[in-house]
Amino acid sequence: MRKTRVHWLYLAPALFFLTMYLIYPSIRTIILSFYGPRSQNFVGFHNYITAFTSPSMLVAFRNNLLWVLVFTFFNVGLGLVLAVLLDRVRYEVLVKSIVFLPMAISYVAAGVIWKFMYAYRPTYAAQIGLLNAIVVALGGKPIGWLIERPWINNLALIAVGVWVWTGFCTVVISAAYKGIPKEMLEAARIDGANEWQVFWRITIPYLKSTLAMVTTTMIVFVLKVFDIVYIMTNGAYDTEVIANRMYKEMFLYQNYGLASAIAVVLFVLIVPFSLINIRRFRAQEAVR
Amino acid sequence: MRWRRRLSRLPLHLFLLTVALVWLIPTLGLFVSSFRPKQDLYSSGWWTLITHPSQARFTLENYRRVLLREGMGRAFLNSFIITVPTTILTLGVAALAAYALAWMEFRGRQLLLVLVVGLIVVPLQLSLIPILRIYQTLGLNGTFLGVWLAHTGFGLPFMIYLLRNFFAALPSELFESAFIDGASHFTAFTRLLLPLSVPVLASAAVFQFLWVWNDLLVALVFLGGYEQVAPLPLKLALLVGSRGQDWHLLTAAAFVSMIVPMGVFLSLQRYFVRGILAGALKG
Repeated sequence: MRKTRVHWLYLAPALFFLTMYLIYPSIRTIILSFYGPRSQNFVGFHNYITAFTSPSMLVAFRNNLLWVLVFTFFNVGLGLVLAVLLDRVRYEVLVKSIVFLPMAISYVAAGVIWKFMYAYRPTYAAQIGLLNAIVVALGGKPIGWLIERPWINNLALIAVGVWVWTGFCTVVISAAYKGIPKEMLEAARIDGANEWQVFWRITIPYLKSTLAMVTTTMIVFVLKVFDIVYIMTNGAYDTEVIANRMYKEMFLYQNYGLASAIAVVLFVLIVPFSLINIRRFRAQEAVR
Repeated sequence: MRWRRRLSRLPLHLFLLTVALVWLIPTLGLFVSSFRPKQDLYSSGWWTLITHPSQARFTLENYRRVLLREGMGRAFLNSFIITVPTTILTLGVAALAAYALAWMEFRGRQLLLVLVVGLIVVPLQLSLIPILRIYQTLGLNGTFLGVWLAHTGFGLPFMIYLLRNFFAALPSELFESAFIDGASHFTAFTRLLLPLSVPVLASAAVFQFLWVWNDLLVALVFLGGYEQVAPLPLKLALLVGSRGQDWHLLTAAAFVSMIVPMGVFLSLQRYFVRGILAGALKG
């Protein structure tokens, strides 16, 4: 390779964008988080105290934790189960495409699709949402899926997230699953291991790093979850999440100080997982 | 024996069939409903088309209404105006930087790489407020230019990372022999690297296109108060806000917003999946 200064020409546009749209604004946001709503007076940690103690933020923290646990568990779990089971049937590609399709559409569209599935009407009216039609057909009373707090509505929102992301998990895990040497699985079966043992003793250990990667990816997404909640409930009935709270403080109340503090909190929550990602990147570099 | 084997596999098939149905039915129900007349939509569920096919009636009125009267037609156009230039700009800027990071020797290269990867995971939220204020001063709020630049800035770290990984994996002999023959970096970039990178550029383009097409947050923040420039997801979100119970409009509007991504998905599935898988890091 030759040594020149021409590299700056190639890097300059990117450096401009990275500086103007990520590096400078991030630093500025951290500074603003110590100032009042209009960024004029220094308020110390006041915004952070509000961010960690206000009732609406506490609800948001609880819900994000619920999202992290339930969303991640079902996505990674379903993805793993589907990856293993689909490998045994001939129509694998078809089902994979079907499950992957929601990844292509916006969360807003997914939100509308599921709002329609969850549609609620009083007992005397015809149900037009499929889920309540099933409930009523089975002799139950229609359920306000997006209203019943705190579990049904939050889980109903999380289900939409799972519906969108399972395809991603399935495809990633399936690619890794196909990398397991077939002889290894066969050898274990010939030695008398049943499918259950093969799964736990060979498949899972072999997929460990992939599962870890998918899990961190899901957690990073879920901490930032915004669109689904914004479109379906906008945080009503205790379904608030951190990112939606930040949006409201910024846009609705124009409290730039508190909104900045919430953004910083969000960032700090994501950092540990980002460090894992960077380390993975460095490890890849070392191999090269 | 064969029958017993088949029978033992029945639960497997049933499970997979259920999964396929659960993933298909919500979208299918929306699609079917978008063609039903308003009064039918409120008096019975869309599944009555299957249980009572003789009573089925279809109309294009809902689509006509959302496209022409509710502004989804304009939003459709806006989505293209926002997405296409953004994709080209992001790819161009990222490809140049990725080439420098992969095939040029300079001090601080490693540091720059780590910075780029680190920036991938910085949440959008951390940047929004200062940019919003700069935009207010410069009058970039509610303009296409403002959104093009913002999306490019936000999408760059991941794009650079994706392209650099591919570029760096190309055989070094190719570049060494080109340089020995007196090729400049510019020649190596345009004549050697870009033609070799068509597949990864396609994946990156599909990924960025869909990312921007489906974006709500950036549009909401920088175009929020300007309906005439709103892209599809923003317009759809506004409709949900103003006409939350008008399912004849919402179903059709949602479908309008899904046509392009679904078309891209079905026709360019290979690149799409590759782009998404590479995008894992972006989360």
